[in-house]
Amino acid sequence: MIIETAERQDTAAVAPEQPMLEVKDLVVRYGRGRKAAAVPAAVDGVSFSILRGETVGLVGESGSGKSTIGKAILGLQKSAGGTITFQGKDITRAGAAERRALGGELRAVFQDPNSSLNPRQTIGASLAEPLRLRGATALEARDKAEAMLERVGLPREAVDRYPSQFSGGQRQRIAVARALICDPQLVVCDEAVSALDLSTQAQVLNLLADLRDERGLSYLFIAHDISVVQFLAQRVVVLYRGQVMESGPAAAVTEAPKHPFTQALVAASPVPRPAEQAQRRAVREALGVRTAAAVAATPGGCPFSQRCPLATELCASERPALRRVGASDVACHYA
Amino acid sequence: MIPSVAPAPLQRKNALARFSAHRLFASPAGLAGVIWLAAIVAASLTAPWWLPFKTEDQDFTAVLSGPTAAHWLGTDELGRDLLSRIFAAAAGTLGTSLITVIVGVGLGTVLAMLAAAAGERAEAVISRVTEIMMSLPGTVIILAVIGAVGTNIPLIMAILGVLISAGIYRVMLGQAKSLQSQLYVDAAKVDGVSTLGISLRHVLPGLTNTIVVQSALIFAVGMLIQAGLAFIGFGPPIPQPSWGGMIQGASQHVYDAPWLMVPTGAVLALTVLAANAIGNALGKAPNASASHLPSAAARRQRVKAVSALAVAATAADSDAAPANGHLSVRGLSVGVDGGPRLVTDVSFDVEQGTVLGLVGESGCGKTMTALSLLGLLPSGVAAAGGQILWNGKNLAAATDREMEAIRGREIALISQEPMRALDPMFTVGYQLTSAIRRLRKTGKADARKEALSLLEKVGIVDAERILKTYPHQISGGMAQRVAIALALSGRPRLLVADEPTTALDVTVQAEILSLLRSLVKDTGMSVVMVTHDLGVVADICDNVAVMYAGQVVESGRTANILDSPRHPYTLALLAADPHANSAADMPDRLATISGQVPQPKDWPAGCRFAARCQFAGSACATPVPLLASGSEDGLVRCVKADELAVEGLEWLATEVPTHRVLKIVEKDLA
Repeated sequence: MIIETAERQDTAAVAPEQPMLEVKDLVVRYGRGRKAAAVPAAVDGVSFSILRGETVGLVGESGSGKSTIGKAILGLQKSAGGTITFQGKDITRAGAAERRALGGELRAVFQDPNSSLNPRQTIGASLAEPLRLRGATALEARDKAEAMLERVGLPREAVDRYPSQFSGGQRQRIAVARALICDPQLVVCDEAVSALDLSTQAQVLNLLADLRDERGLSYLFIAHDISVVQFLAQRVVVLYRGQVMESGPAAAVTEAPKHPFTQALVAASPVPRPAEQAQRRAVREALGVRTAAAVAATPGGCPFSQRCPLATELCASERPALRRVGASDVACHYA
Repeated sequence: MIPSVAPAPLQRKNALARFSAHRLFASPAGLAGVIWLAAIVAASLTAPWWLPFKTEDQDFTAVLSGPTAAHWLGTDELGRDLLSRIFAAAAGTLGTSLITVIVGVGLGTVLAMLAAAAGERAEAVISRVTEIMMSLPGTVIILAVIGAVGTNIPLIMAILGVLISAGIYRVMLGQAKSLQSQLYVDAAKVDGVSTLGISLRHVLPGLTNTIVVQSALIFAVGMLIQAGLAFIGFGPPIPQPSWGGMIQGASQHVYDAPWLMVPTGAVLALTVLAANAIGNALGKAPNASASHLPSAAARRQRVKAVSALAVAATAADSDAAPANGHLSVRGLSVGVDGGPRLVTDVSFDVEQGTVLGLVGESGCGKTMTALSLLGLLPSGVAAAGGQILWNGKNLAAATDREMEAIRGREIALISQEPMRALDPMFTVGYQLTSAIRRLRKTGKADARKEALSLLEKVGIVDAERILKTYPHQISGGMAQRVAIALALSGRPRLLVADEPTTALDVTVQAEILSLLRSLVKDTGMSVVMVTHDLGVVADICDNVAVMYAGQVVESGRTANILDSPRHPYTLALLAADPHANSAADMPDRLATISGQVPQPKDWPAGCRFAARCQFAGSACATPVPLLASGSEDGLVRCVKADELAVEGLEWLATEVPTHRVLKIVEKDLA
C-alpha cells in the first residue's frame, strides 16, 4: 500500500531518493487493553510518504484520524503498529532525547493560536526554547528570534511582548516562526489556518508557501478543508475513519475524484460563485451519499460502505485495497 | 503591525510580581491581611530586642491583671507579661505552620505534576495512594506520633503537611492536567524538552496562583491545628509559651479573669483571618468584580435611550405596512454601555421566505447584529439607536417581556454550537416536547406526536430512538438537526442562524444547508444567516449584506455581490478565499488584506477599510455613505466604487511583508 510517488512526480527535481518522511501501515488505538480492542482503531493501516520539498495534504472529516497521524509522527501519540521513518531513521518510538537529537528538523504548527504559545512566557522566550535546547546562548537565541519575527512580518520588538498582546493571525505567525526557527526539514501543520479569518488565513497560507519556496521545506498539511489543502499541497491523501480512501496528485484528487467519499467531500465544499454552487449542489444531491450513520461500519468491510451509493455486499464484507486508478490510488471496489 | 500595545515589561518576574501585588492590594481585606501578617512576623522576629519582659519573668504584684501601663496587654495567673509571651510564641507558631505549608503544598504540587506528566497508569497509582491518605483519620495519626516521639512540634507539623498534601493533590491535579494538554506543551514535546523540563517550565508557572492561594489557606489551618494541639496539652514543653497553651491557661480563668483570653485569642483569630483574607484576595479571578455588568448610571441611561426609541418607533409605526414576516432593520447601532459602538447604522430588509446572509470577518459586528434581532445581546451591550421593525413593531425598543413573547414563537435562533442549545441533563424528547407544550399550549400526547414529526421534518430517520437519547449520545450534525427542530417548535416566521454550520464537517454542512433551504421553501419562513463562509452565502442566501468594522459596506442580491463585487473589501475577501479558485487556476499566492480588522475604539471617522485598502486615497478620509451601486437594489459604501467598476481592477496578491504595505498606505492617506 506504499504510494510510489517518485515515479509519477514529474515536477520533483530529485528522482529515486530517500523520502523525507515515510509512514508505513501506521495503526493508532486510543485507550488501553480490552477497551482499545473493542473500538475501531483511530488510524488503521495508513501509509504515505513525503519527498524533500514536497507538501502532502491530509484531508478528512472529524474523527478521520488525520490529526492523530500528525501526533503519531510528532511523538505525541503512541502508535500500536507500523513504522514512521524520518530521513531514513525509525522514529516510531523515539523518546524525548532522541527527538532532541533530530536537531529540530521535524517541527509542528498547531491549530489553535491561543493555546500554542505559553501565555506566561514572552514571545522571545517561546521562540528561544528550541534553540536553547540545542545549546544556543541567550543572546544568539534572541537575535535569531528577532530575525525570524521580522521574516514572518512582525516587528522585532515583539520578542518582549506576551501572546495576549497579539491577534489570532499574528499569534499563528509567531507559531510559524517558532516552528521554523531551527531550520527544520519537515513541518507538520495541523489545521494551522482553520481558526483564522479569510484574510489572515490567506496571509498565513502565503507565508507558508513563501517559506517553503525559500527553504525547500516539506509540509504535512493536515486540514478538513480540501480547498485550503489544494492551495498548498502537491499530493493529497483522503482519510475516512482512519483509513486512506484515495491519494494522488492534488489536481487529480480535487478535480476528478475517483472514490465516492472524495467525490462527496469535493462536492460538499461550497464555492463562492452562486451559479456554479447551484450546479455543485445538484451534483452532490445526485450522488446520493447517505447521512453519516451513528452506528459504526461493520468491521472488516469498507468503512464508507454504509453511506456509499455504490455499496454492495462485497463492500460490507471485504475492505478494498488501494489500487491505481488513473493518477491516484483508490481504495474502492468500484472506482 | 501591532496596534497600540502597552510597552512590554522587560522582566518576567516584574510582571508577575506586579500582577499579584495589584490584585492583593486592590481588596481592602487582602491589604489589611498583608499588613497584619507583616507586622506579626516583623514583631516576632525582632522580639528579643523590644519585648518589655522575659517570657518567664513573674510579677506577683500584678497577677491576672488587665491592661496597665506596665503590662500593656495584662498578665497571666503567674503574673507573666502577656504581650511578651504572645510575641515570643509567635515565631514558633508561624514557623512551624510554614513547615506544614511547605510539606503539604509542595508534596501535593509535585505529586500532581508527576501524575499529570507520567500518564494514566502513574496517575491511577498516585490517586489511589492519596485517596488512602485522605481516608486516614488525621487526628489519630498525629496523636499516635506524639505518643511515639513526644511533642516534637516541627515533626508533627510536617506529618500534618503530608496528610494535607492529598487534598492539595486533588486540587492541583485537574489544573496540571489541563496545562499539560495545552498545545504549547505539545510544541515543547516536539522540541524534545524532557518531561521534567515541561513540568517546570510550562506547568509549574501556571499553577503558581493556586499554590499561593492554597498556601495561605493551609497556613491558617496549620496555626489553628497547632493551637488546638497545645490547648489539649500537646504543645511545646510547659514553661515555653505557645498560643494554644496560653488559651488553654486562660480558659481556666474564664470566670475570674475573662480578659486573659482576649489578647491571645484575638491575635490568633486575626492572624488566621489575615491568612484567609490574603488567600481570598489572590484567588479571586481578575474580573470577579463583574465589571462587565452595566453600572446603575448606564442602566438608567439605557432606559432613557429606549424610551426615546419608543417615541421614534410609534412615529414610524403609523406609515409601516405590516406584512406577515417582514423584517426591516433601519440605522441600527449597538454599543457597550459607556463604551464604543460595536455596530453602527446598519440597515437591511428580509422579505418573507428569503434568506439574508450577514457576512464578514470576526469582529465586524455580524453576530451582535443578529443577536439584537432576538434581544439576546450580552449584558452590558444594548441597541443604542435605530429600529428593528418586525412586522412594523420596533423590537429595539421592546421590553424584556415583549421580547419573551416574540422569541421562539416568531423569531427563533440556532447557534454555532448545537450542544449549547441542548441541556445535557434531559433527553432530546423531553426538551423538544416541553418546548412544544410551552410554545403551542398543547397536551403531552400531542406534543410528542408533534416532536416526532418535527424530527422527521429535519431529516432524522429514526426519530423514535433519537427522542430517547441524551444530547451527548448524538453526533454534531444530528445535534444541529435537533437544535433546528427545537427552533422550529414555536413555528417561527424568522430564523436567526448564527454560523450554524461552522462547527460541522462539510458533508454535514451541505445536508444542513439543504435542510434549511427546504424549510424556507415549505414553511415560507425567512432566515438571517450569519456566516464568514462566502461559499455558504453562495449556496443558500438570496441577499447578502457584507459587514466590515460594524458597518454594512455592501449589500444586494447574492449573485450580483459575489459575481461582481463593488466594494474593495468584498473583492479582497473573494480574492483571499481559496475556495474561489479551482485546482486548475489556483494562484501561486492568494491575495491578502494587510493588517487586521480594527478594534471598535480605533474606528476612523472616514472609510473604516481605508487603512487596509490598496485603492484608498485622500477622499476616503471623510465619512462614506451607503449609496446605490447601480446593480438592481444593491448598495455600496465606497467613494471609488464607480471608478473601480469601470477599470475592472482586481485585488492583487502582495509579496511585501504586511506591516510595510500598511505603512506606505498610511503615508499616502496623510
